[in-house]
Amino acid sequence: MSALRPLDKLPGLNTATILLVGTEDALLQQLADSMLKADCTSELKVHLARSLPLPCSVNRPRIDLIVFVVNLHSKLSLQSVEESLCHLDAAFFLGKVAFLATGAGRDSHCSIHRNTVVKLAHTYRSPLLFCDLEIEDFRAAMAQRLVRLLQICAGHVPGVSALNLLSLMRGSENPSLEDL
Amino acid sequence: MDETLAEFFRRTILKIPMTEMMTILKTWNFLSENQLQTVNFRQRKESIVQDLVLLCEENHASLNDAAHLDIIYTQFHRHQKIWDVFQMSKAPVSFRDAEENSVWIRIAWGTQYKKPNQYKPAYVVYYSQTPYAFTSSSRLKSNLPLLGQALTVASKHHQIVKMDLRSRYLDSLKAIVFKQYNQSFETHNCTTSLQEGSLGLDINMDSRIIHENKVEKERVQRVTQEIFGDYPQPRLEFAQYKLETKFKSDLNGGILAEREEPLRCLVKFSSPHLLEALKSLAPAGIADAPLSPLLTCIPNKGKNYFKIRDK
Repeated sequence: MSALRPLDKLPGLNTATILLVGTEDALLQQLADSMLKADCTSELKVHLARSLPLPCSVNRPRIDLIVFVVNLHSKLSLQSVEESLCHLDAAFFLGKVAFLATGAGRDSHCSIHRNTVVKLAHTYRSPLLFCDLEIEDFRAAMAQRLVRLLQICAGHVPGVSALNLLSLMRGSENPSLEDL
Repeated sequence: MDETLAEFFRRTILKIPMTEMMTILKTWNFLSENQLQTVNFRQRKESIVQDLVLLCEENHASLNDAAHLDIIYTQFHRHQKIWDVFQMSKAPVSFRDAEENSVWIRIAWGTQYKKPNQYKPAYVVYYSQTPYAFTSSSRLKSNLPLLGQALTVASKHHQIVKMDLRSRYLDSLKAIVFKQYNQSFETHNCTTSLQEGSLGLDINMDSRIIHENKVEKERVQRVTQEIFGDYPQPRLEFAQYKLETKFKSDLNGGILAEREEPLRCLVKFSSPHLLEALKSLAPAGIADAPLSPLLTCIPNKGKNYFKIRDK
């Protein structure tokens, strides 16, 4: 069970693989289904995991993008993500990692403050996305977005790389930490 | 028939939903077929009820008949009341498998000075051949010891104890105390639910989706199944834990560490179907499996009120 490395395997032909990491299986499954329904010229593969490290597997394709899903209603989900981050090779954080926070819409159910995930994403220099995965339309829109990100990270979009993506996404989305 | 009795009939019949009207009237068996046929059931409900009350008057209905109708209504709508469970004992304790020998008792409380209040009765369901009785929560708590005594004497037991078990769902309470909940009932969805994984997702999974932690998922399913079984869980709405324990801390010092008095704290879990919700926690990834035995022992111990103290 070694740490995942971004470039230790050869890519598959026209294939892009995303790894969704989160404790709530049902949410990951729904997001995976939505992603596979989205328009995409590349062949998609979605891997779902509860946490890292992943069990040993020789057959696993190269992972192009990892999305950590945190449910703001559950402290367990945040804790699990924080523990998983230690098992990831540093090279992944050059544009191939993103955080997705769900559940912000139902404020009364949130036991994790929004700023906690903002700080987490900032610490790991990775983009943070918010989406209420339980709502089908929002989920579909986010799925489409993730598919585009995945294609870029897999190198299927000419002229844009994962590193470019990182600086492009650092714009208005992530508030500057001085405001926190 | 006097005014108050007629009014009581009117209100009792008015409570009955139209969809159940015929069934309940037939079960009551007080008005004959011919009489029921003379009523036009296509009118507005108030007019139907008026006609029915007139028929009751024709038959010289008494308060007993009205009470009988009220019991039948409550049997059909048993979940509208919250039931407490009592256990009686004598030495030696004898207990036999419960058949459908249940006795429904309706009690309208009165005092020396007031006539019995027909609108706030208490109900007791007693299963003969068993030491258990179920009562609907009465507003008049002071009558409870009296009721207990009456039940004990009537059923030839020596002692009555209130169990820490309470719910709206009488049939589930029955299943728990008579230990009948661990049999597979109707087949509808109990066998397929665990096989499909959590939360009723589509069993036809796309082959492009790969679960990395398959082994762990299967372990969780297995542990959940071992603890909760394959059968539908009895239905409870809440579990309450009262803690009275001294504060224990690993850190040295701290304000609460030296405190002699126990801390008091109440934790209440509520859900439309508590046990099914607990069963789905681990497969959904919200909790680790196995769950705390404090939660999983509920049907086994027949309790949903717990007091936890330091030993």
